[in-house]
Amino acid sequence: MIKRVTFNHKTLPYLLLAPQIAVTVIFFFWPSGQAIWQSMLLEDAFGGNSRFVWFRNFERLFEDSTYGHAFWNTAVFSVLVAGIGLALSLLLAVMADRTIRGATGYKTFLVWPYAVAPAVAGVLFGFLFNPSVGILAYSLNAIGIEWNHQLNGTQAMILVVAAACWNQISYNFIFFLAGLQSIPRSLIEAAAIDGAGPGRRFWTIIFPLLSPTGFFLLVVNTIYALLGTFGIIDSLTKGGPGKATEILVFKVYNDGFRGQDFGGSAAQSVILIAIIVTFTVIQFRFIERKVHY
Amino acid sequence: MVENRPWLTLMAHAILIVGLILIAFPVWMTFVASSHDAATMLRAPVPVLPGPHLLDNYYTVLFEGFGQASRTPQWLILMNSLIMALGICIGKIVISIVAAYAVTYFRFPFRMTFFWMIFITLMLPIEVRIVPTYGVVADLGMLDSYSGLILPVIASATATFLFRQFFLSVPEELAEAARVDGAGPLRFFWDILLPMSRTSIAALFVIQFIYGWNQYLWPLLITTKEEFYTIVMTVSRQANVVDGVPQWNLIMAAGMLAMLPPVIIVIFMQRQFVRGLVDADK
Repeated sequence: MIKRVTFNHKTLPYLLLAPQIAVTVIFFFWPSGQAIWQSMLLEDAFGGNSRFVWFRNFERLFEDSTYGHAFWNTAVFSVLVAGIGLALSLLLAVMADRTIRGATGYKTFLVWPYAVAPAVAGVLFGFLFNPSVGILAYSLNAIGIEWNHQLNGTQAMILVVAAACWNQISYNFIFFLAGLQSIPRSLIEAAAIDGAGPGRRFWTIIFPLLSPTGFFLLVVNTIYALLGTFGIIDSLTKGGPGKATEILVFKVYNDGFRGQDFGGSAAQSVILIAIIVTFTVIQFRFIERKVHY
Repeated sequence: MVENRPWLTLMAHAILIVGLILIAFPVWMTFVASSHDAATMLRAPVPVLPGPHLLDNYYTVLFEGFGQASRTPQWLILMNSLIMALGICIGKIVISIVAAYAVTYFRFPFRMTFFWMIFITLMLPIEVRIVPTYGVVADLGMLDSYSGLILPVIASATATFLFRQFFLSVPEELAEAARVDGAGPLRFFWDILLPMSRTSIAALFVIQFIYGWNQYLWPLLITTKEEFYTIVMTVSRQANVVDGVPQWNLIMAAGMLAMLPPVIIVIFMQRQFVRGLVDADK
């Protein structure tokens, strides 16, 4: 945790820490405290007056069917994004690992979607599937699938999941490939000598050894789906049609800024913080365990 | 490869090539759209091969602007994105490296308290504290300003951990030798530790530049004047115009401009990028 050889100075360490701590307190702790405080206030519709209502805002949320709906959307969305994203990137990583010389070449062409902003990824997919001019919407119509994600909620969900997976695939790919390349060749060679084919070797050796990476990515991808996809939702569907793609983080924004329901939005923030804290704790406990193996 | 199975290798290449095509397709279509005129892009099916209007479109977007309401030349907006990205990225690196230096090389009261305070920020990303952070920034009079765009997202637990991790791996003898030679803590930091941290700094630079450039939610909240818009915001706004037809050729040209800087950095600094990604999340 600390170096054996240290410097002695009364004020210097505090000065060095000051900028980071100042930003942390002003922009992280103070607003988060306010979120908790505001989540227990009820403001009247014309602003100005607010009174302390304990957990009334939370009760209101849990009675509100649109909040339950947003919760359900978030669950479906996260499971799909994490599941499909991980499966596809694992497939690509295993294939790239097989082609020894090709691995670096393919990597160069697979890493860049990470650099595309989620909001821009949303615009790209919105264009491809635009019901009037989109080339993919046109192709789908040609084979008899009527595509209009601006009216059809299921199609809108499919589209945001596709955009989110596309945006995240390079991240997963990099970690899976690094995990694959760290598996000792001797293990795989030994299995091959014993007569195990490529499929058998994958399921009995590679997959179990890759599971720590997989678990880590599962947590990271879930957090990504919960928070990082705001830009995709906002530029692609704005939570619509008819709240079909409204996930929790979008609802916090929408209720707070569009609906001016500060108490409700703050209560949602508090719940979201609790969810994120849970996932982060899981992630760190897991990493600790990995270190102590 | 363990054994020679030509069919399997062929299949691997085939799957990878299909994957590459699928992944590149959205960007290819963006590029194609940015090279046609507006009328072509409103007739389905849109072309899948580039057209002759590439330079016109980029010229229009960069120097004349587009959209119905106001026509801000997009090079100004690109400069905003660059200022924000560099501000966030350099700011994060600077405040994190000095904070990490303080917690690893000094013994002082409340050291661990500060460490945990920084750790907790990991669990409070901007998305979960939208409304109250907006309130604080408004109270401080930082709406529609560069400092408002940059400061609230500048604290970084990941960068602090990465530097701390690196410092812990630095041999103890270096600090010992420096002390014997009479170098103070600042001298040691500046002349020895900082030059040694070059690779970590480069790796973090790539990751944080992308993070900064791609910010969307926060600029969306605190900017109301077009002179502070960022390119990512503009692309999303223009694609979602409610009245009138979207000018896809120009929107997609702006989309290409929004993607180019971070994509170029990732491709040309791939080694640092991968290192930064893997190290920062461990």
